[in-house]
Amino acid sequence: MARMTEETHLPQIGEAQIKLLERLSNACAVSGDEGEVRKIVLEEIRPCTDEVKVDALGNVLATKRGSGEGLLRVMLAAHMDEVGLMLTHDVGDGIYRFDIVGGVSVADLPAKAVWVGKEHTPGVIGLKPLHLGNFDDQKRPIGLDDLRIDVGPVAGKVKVGDRAVFATVFSQQGPSLRGKALDNRLGVATLIELIKNAPSHIDLLAAFTVQEEIGLRGARVAAYALNPDMAIILDSTPAYDLPTWDVDENVRYNTRLGNGPAIYMADSGTLYDPRLVRHLVETGEAHGIPCQIRQPGGGGTDAGAIHKQRMGIPSASVSVPGRYHHSPASIVRLSDWQHTMDLVSAALFHLTTGVLEGER
Amino acid sequence: MTELLPFLKELISAPGISGYESGIRPLVEKAWEPITDQLSVSKLGSLHGYQQGSGPEPRPSILVAVHMDAIGLMVNAITDGFLRVTTIGGIDGRVLPGQMVTVHGRRDLPGMIIATPPRLLPLNLQNIAVPLEYLLVDVGLLPEEVAGLVRVGDPVSFAQPPFETGGETLVGHTLDNRASIASLTLCLEILRTRQHAWDVWAVATVQEEVTYAGAFTSAFQLHPSLAVSIDVTFGSDSTSPSHLTFPMGKGPTLIWGPIVHPFLYKTIKRMAEQLEIPLSIEPAPHYSATDSDAMVLVAEGIPNLVIGIPLRYMHTPVEMVALKDIIRAGRLAAEFIAQLDENFMDQLTWED
Repeated sequence: MARMTEETHLPQIGEAQIKLLERLSNACAVSGDEGEVRKIVLEEIRPCTDEVKVDALGNVLATKRGSGEGLLRVMLAAHMDEVGLMLTHDVGDGIYRFDIVGGVSVADLPAKAVWVGKEHTPGVIGLKPLHLGNFDDQKRPIGLDDLRIDVGPVAGKVKVGDRAVFATVFSQQGPSLRGKALDNRLGVATLIELIKNAPSHIDLLAAFTVQEEIGLRGARVAAYALNPDMAIILDSTPAYDLPTWDVDENVRYNTRLGNGPAIYMADSGTLYDPRLVRHLVETGEAHGIPCQIRQPGGGGTDAGAIHKQRMGIPSASVSVPGRYHHSPASIVRLSDWQHTMDLVSAALFHLTTGVLEGER
Repeated sequence: MTELLPFLKELISAPGISGYESGIRPLVEKAWEPITDQLSVSKLGSLHGYQQGSGPEPRPSILVAVHMDAIGLMVNAITDGFLRVTTIGGIDGRVLPGQMVTVHGRRDLPGMIIATPPRLLPLNLQNIAVPLEYLLVDVGLLPEEVAGLVRVGDPVSFAQPPFETGGETLVGHTLDNRASIASLTLCLEILRTRQHAWDVWAVATVQEEVTYAGAFTSAFQLHPSLAVSIDVTFGSDSTSPSHLTFPMGKGPTLIWGPIVHPFLYKTIKRMAEQLEIPLSIEPAPHYSATDSDAMVLVAEGIPNLVIGIPLRYMHTPVEMVALKDIIRAGRLAAEFIAQLDENFMDQLTWED
């Protein structure tokens, strides 16, 4: 493996990068309505790419060519969409019934503030006060039928069909970042930085994808259009590193905060390419970048659609570990984000056609 | 007049769970100081504001109670940097996962409540709401930092910031019952400009949400001729039974039931009709669930009246109230107090 030279530039996360993540986290982009995040992405990458287009589904596809011909074509993908809600019926008096979009847990919904529609109209998810039910009601899980979105008696511009998200404002606390939709604005922010710091020996094909949370739809057509030699998917995966109910050893943590980027081996959609996994792990070891193997099983990333596109695309996924994804806020460690950026940057720098030459 | 919206936002942003009202009391003191003749604090921490009446001595007095305590949580264990909590006051545990809170440790820490994920719970808890003992608070710090900053017994407040919604409504936690503090403040301001024969005791009570300890003890100490509670009641919201709720923005309610003295009820109802203040009647066949349930039983018994302000999603961090109703409740109380004359108590009778 080549050693990193002194010129190797690992992008550092500073105030500007955190500010960008904050903008991305506070933006609303429920699957199928990614415009707000797309706008930020386009604004950030236009000045530093050779080609940018928005495709038929709303993906942002960008190319940053290396210097020379016949270079390795590397796709980097990060989904722009987030899970959320859609208003489905007007009850009157500013109150609406709604449905969930993507993997929202109904248990996270009661009594939360939300932003509704493109104007971010403030509202609440209301439910019957405990005083008006009986005590046993509180053991029954809450269902969607028990909940309404309420924007106050004068509804203004809010209408059926509008999307809604948790009204969580991004914040930083100690070693952590807290915000909504860090799954996957972390991936989006990482990819923006990687484009800005791309190595020159590869063609970098960036896909900011749509509708990952409801079936990897954007990734499927993006991988077809970009037709890469390989792909690395940037996402954020759950860390379940919490006390278990009996405070026994937690052997189902998936990933742990503070242990660095999570490298995928297997999830419900993909068996990752072992050559790329090895390349990532060895890069981490060679440069002393902490990383962890995500516990195999469950979950999935855009790789599920990408690796089966055309004649097959060798794929890897690297995620920033994050607690409480799909809830009103995720909590992640700044150090894990930095190490993810380090790992992927270094892995790209050392990437050669040789990595994929051996048998899978 | 104190401007209602910023005042109310300030009130609900102050901490003060039951038994720990020292965060909210100074704000009420500051608002009442210019509009009362005297302020004092009871042994349990309730705030007493006095407005002297113009009638001859011995003057009757009326106590208006609004509770200033908030429902909340308290740390009861610390595990691996995560906090476990218990509830103070009536909280449906199912609204807690995903709520933002402030942990009042050695310094205030922003935290988030989360439920232990299903994969870390036993099988018999998979299909029911996650019980309170398996909720955790994550303050985003490392375990060793948490150990230095948080202790078992630290109070925890909701941290949902207030915000305005359509139709002049406000959303936030603890509008139960800081909305009524705003009403009573308005009432005191009106009375400051009006002649009133009776002495008035404005009382911001403590511990209503748990034991009514503030109402019992302040009513005993001040020994008023009459007592009124202003508290929030259930606003119509399309998830609650319509026969148990009252339209928000259409005026306060008057509770009718055993806690309320019928003569006071009839008097204020007639008065509201004359003044064209819209009202809903709120039947409460057993109790009122306000400070009046305590005050009616103090010493030899005190005739009570209860004014309600309709509020949606009670005892959640996203309670919603109409500003208009807060103003009307304050005005209704002021008008009632202003018309009390020195002979009123002689007319007070149980019989029609």
